[in-house]
Amino acid sequence: MFVGAVFFPLLGASIAGLFGRWIGDKAAQLVTITCMVLAALCGVTLFFEVAFGHAPQTVQIMNFVDVGGFEVSWALRYDTLSAVMVGMVTFISTLIHIYSVGYMSHDPSRARFFSYLSLFTFMMLMLVTADNLVQLFFGWEGVGLASYLLIGFWYEKDSACNAAMKAFIVNRVGDLFFMLGLALTFWTFGSVEFDTIFGSIEQHREATFAGFPAYEVIGVLLFLGACGKSAQLGLHTWLPDAMEGPTPVSALIHAATMVTAGVFLVARMSPVFEYAPIALAIVTVVGASTALFAATIGCVQNDIKRVIAYSTCSQLGYMFFAAGVGAYQGAIFHLFTHAFFKALLFLGAGSVIHAMSDEQDIRKMGGIWKKIPATYALFWIGSLALAGVPLFAGYYSKDFMIEAAFAAHGWTGKYAWFCGMAAAFLTAFYSWRLIIVTFHGEPRADHHTMEHVHESPPVMVLPLVVLGLGATFAGMVFAPYFIGHDWQAFWNGAIVNGPANHIMHDVHEVPEWVPLAPTVVGLSGILVAYIMYMFVPSIPGKLASAFRPIYLFLLNKWYFDELYDAIFVRPARALARMLWQKVDAGAIDGVPNGVASLAVDVAQGAVRLQTGRVASYAFTMIAGLAVFVSLLAFGAVR
Amino acid sequence: MNAAGFPLLTLLTFLPLVGAAFILTQRGEEEVVASNARWTALWTSLIVFGLSLILWFKFDKADAGFQFVEQLDWLAEFGVTYHVGVDGISVLFILLSTLLTPLCILASWDSIRMRVREYMVAFLVLETMMVGMFCALDFVVFYVFFEGVLIPMFLIIGVWGHSRRVYASFKFFLYTFLGSVLMLLAILLLWFRAGTTDIPALFDHAIPPSLQTWIFLAFFASFAVKVPMWPFHTWLPDAHVEAPTAGSVILAGVLLKMGAYGFLRFSLPLLPQASADFAPFIYVLSVVAVVYTSLVALAQENMKKLIAYSSVAHMGIVTLGIFTFNVQGLSGALFQMLSHGIVSGALFLCVGVLYDRVHSLEIARYGGVAKIMPAYAVVFMLFTMASVALPGLAGFPGELLVIVAAWKVNPWVAFGAAFGMILGAAYMLFLYRRVAFGKLTKQDLMGLLDMSAREKLVFAPLIILTIWMGVAPQSFLSFFQASVTALVARHEAALGAARLAGM
Repeated sequence: MFVGAVFFPLLGASIAGLFGRWIGDKAAQLVTITCMVLAALCGVTLFFEVAFGHAPQTVQIMNFVDVGGFEVSWALRYDTLSAVMVGMVTFISTLIHIYSVGYMSHDPSRARFFSYLSLFTFMMLMLVTADNLVQLFFGWEGVGLASYLLIGFWYEKDSACNAAMKAFIVNRVGDLFFMLGLALTFWTFGSVEFDTIFGSIEQHREATFAGFPAYEVIGVLLFLGACGKSAQLGLHTWLPDAMEGPTPVSALIHAATMVTAGVFLVARMSPVFEYAPIALAIVTVVGASTALFAATIGCVQNDIKRVIAYSTCSQLGYMFFAAGVGAYQGAIFHLFTHAFFKALLFLGAGSVIHAMSDEQDIRKMGGIWKKIPATYALFWIGSLALAGVPLFAGYYSKDFMIEAAFAAHGWTGKYAWFCGMAAAFLTAFYSWRLIIVTFHGEPRADHHTMEHVHESPPVMVLPLVVLGLGATFAGMVFAPYFIGHDWQAFWNGAIVNGPANHIMHDVHEVPEWVPLAPTVVGLSGILVAYIMYMFVPSIPGKLASAFRPIYLFLLNKWYFDELYDAIFVRPARALARMLWQKVDAGAIDGVPNGVASLAVDVAQGAVRLQTGRVASYAFTMIAGLAVFVSLLAFGAVR
Repeated sequence: MNAAGFPLLTLLTFLPLVGAAFILTQRGEEEVVASNARWTALWTSLIVFGLSLILWFKFDKADAGFQFVEQLDWLAEFGVTYHVGVDGISVLFILLSTLLTPLCILASWDSIRMRVREYMVAFLVLETMMVGMFCALDFVVFYVFFEGVLIPMFLIIGVWGHSRRVYASFKFFLYTFLGSVLMLLAILLLWFRAGTTDIPALFDHAIPPSLQTWIFLAFFASFAVKVPMWPFHTWLPDAHVEAPTAGSVILAGVLLKMGAYGFLRFSLPLLPQASADFAPFIYVLSVVAVVYTSLVALAQENMKKLIAYSSVAHMGIVTLGIFTFNVQGLSGALFQMLSHGIVSGALFLCVGVLYDRVHSLEIARYGGVAKIMPAYAVVFMLFTMASVALPGLAGFPGELLVIVAAWKVNPWVAFGAAFGMILGAAYMLFLYRRVAFGKLTKQDLMGLLDMSAREKLVFAPLIILTIWMGVAPQSFLSFFQASVTALVARHEAALGAARLAGM
């Protein structure tokens, strides 16, 4: 069962990928979905067995590398943290596989699509069950590959190809730091296996690297790696572009699972981070800034998927600042609930796009809520959960994180609290802006499209309903275990809070107005959205023209893409061209070529020396002999 | 006598020559001769490969010394013997050579139409030289094979190459030969001092540090060009672009390994002090190689040139690993050499598949190939990913070990090496995107056929190896474990002794 949860998806991916063309699309879908259902059965069972039965376990598979003390093996580590992730990933992934049957029904290469989806799931599972940093890196890069393939799934579209490359390369920037963090971890602990690292935390606390505490440096390097994968401020630019991929992909990879890998990494390495206060402060500040920054952009975007993508970015920021103030449990809890409601929102958006004949611009929608009531209702549920409205899933996790930020000591916690509150307002605002503009008002699509608006088939709606149930109840049901009074028994040491870290307790001691504040802010965000877009729809236009520079700044995503293009991409290309044509072909190759032509000249000169006169030859020979003898005589040869 | 019970290494070395001689005796109609030559060459190389598998199974991994040793008097009065044998460092390179040769012959099956007989002879002679070089344990024997490799390669590029083949083949020959002449001087000097050219005997011969420097430089001149290290690399892109596909495969797969092998076999054990002194210099050149050539690769418009530059970058990782002088670094360098042999060889074959159909190496000539050649697209993607060191494929373990080892030496060096990960992803994906992705708009590409059964057969072993090396690298690393550990121990002992003597 331990092995099955991880390897069934690989089996499905291999069969669909290698034999997809022979067995046909139907069979490929059937195989991958069967494998995913089996994996989900294993995964969810394990979630209850390991997390609630308190039975962590590690399954050794085989030796990977064992060179001079650098020992790594393939192994599946199941503790509460992995079990939560495995259960969530297999469950959500199965739903998304089923949804894709409907969504991709018109695509000519479905076998390939399902193979990629399953491959992605396998890589994600390897990531979360890794028992050492190298295997984690295998999954880490593996999900990068799968997301590259899936974003570029429609490879005939230039924009999709470019987005895929961008995703892979930006992720690689993070991976570079991950790799260096891995190297330092090895030289600090003499191992990259989690058990050994966590077991010798106390011994190596005094270790330093270049004058800095080694734990701090490891923490910062790994966090930079996490920034790439989890699209944090600075390395976030790939995520919105990744929306070029098919919508189920966005739901699976860019909302529910892959992008949360960074948060998972920080939680997994919590024993090290606990002794790295500066690294944690950086995590907090970057996370909080991302939460607010992405939310501001989300307010003005007009592509339905991009709004949700920025929302994901923002929610990841929340998770990071929660981890940064030491409340890793809260971060993972939000990761868990977020998977449900964000997958729901993405798949709901997919359902809308499906209904609107592949239109993604919300300015060309409107007036469709009566035609697709089920999607509309589920979109509401997802947004309620996202905005943290009481009793929905997001309420429990989000409130907890904001309270944790308030309860934390130091200015970073206060900064995170401020950003979290502001972002909570914006989240509610852009969520309802999205709902109102998409579903309400006058129809803005052309007549032809409007006639075709239809509710999605049951195979797409059913997974949405299941996710809707999760988005509604996951918070209520699981809060007592993840963050409530049973948290210590539930986590069972899978996440470590240092001896000085009492945040899990302090959260419950905050003043009474603090838990209420996010709700009030969220509700007012909804209200403002209603006023601006439902009741007085002339306000947004006026605001946009009154504050045109700010509006453009936000609309163009703070000009990050342009900035990077100007300081990295274009100089690198110019440098590449210069190095090739000037240095390589000019200077370096010029030497041998120059020598060659010199040799030709000399040879031509030498031809003239061959005069045919015996006397001059004799003279040359004697002169040469004289030099040779004198060299020998002075012992210069030996 | 040895573990095989018969002179295995000699057989492996000279059996291809027998095949070559047989091909030369063929007379008659051109078509028949060509066909006979192909089949003879294929069978000869397959038999050699089959025999070489004995090494895989019978090699004692726990023994750090030389195995399958054969020693015969040759030029006894000069202290020169015919001495061959393998240890953990060289054994897998023999397997690499014997594996790639039949694949190359198979890959040239249809694409070489002119002077087939001579082409096959050249390849078999090349195999003899490569195998002989990796198992030589006498400097003179080594030098003969080391230089002998140049001749068939020179001919393969110069006769069966593309339009600028003569320029490229002369550049290749002169560049690499010039370095080797200095090595010959160093060998003579060693022989003068020790009275023998036997390599294991020379290992016990201490060389004073001042002299080590000069010998190191002479070896460096030869090996650095062969690797090739920046800035001695410019012969490589030209040679690759002009060489026929199979020539590029051997060039990238085996010939590039000769320089690094030389560093490992001679510079490190014979010249420990000089190696340690020059290490920072090598780090700088290696990191420059990684970053600089990756950037240059980014700007390339020719597929083969791009992969050639990527080879230089990958070999930068190798030289870096060798000069870290620790077990991880050396093992990683060796692993990277093997994996690069497989992966870059396969990438050149991938380019060859397209070249055979379209007869162009210009990237701009292609686009959207994935649409009509799905199997090819998968294979090409696999090797692209292996080349960018995706974990789980062959390129990763070597790079991981070298970066970990380099961190110990100097974190900035590790950073430079790891920076290649980003640039590598950039140029390889950019290549793949321009060739395979995009819309298929060029009329003449629409009729391309996907890979033939023969082509699939060529790729099959490479695919298996790429995944195997990525998933279970230990089954390869275990071969050189003992030898590398011994080498590192001896290196440290030598440095320690020198330090004591200096006190």
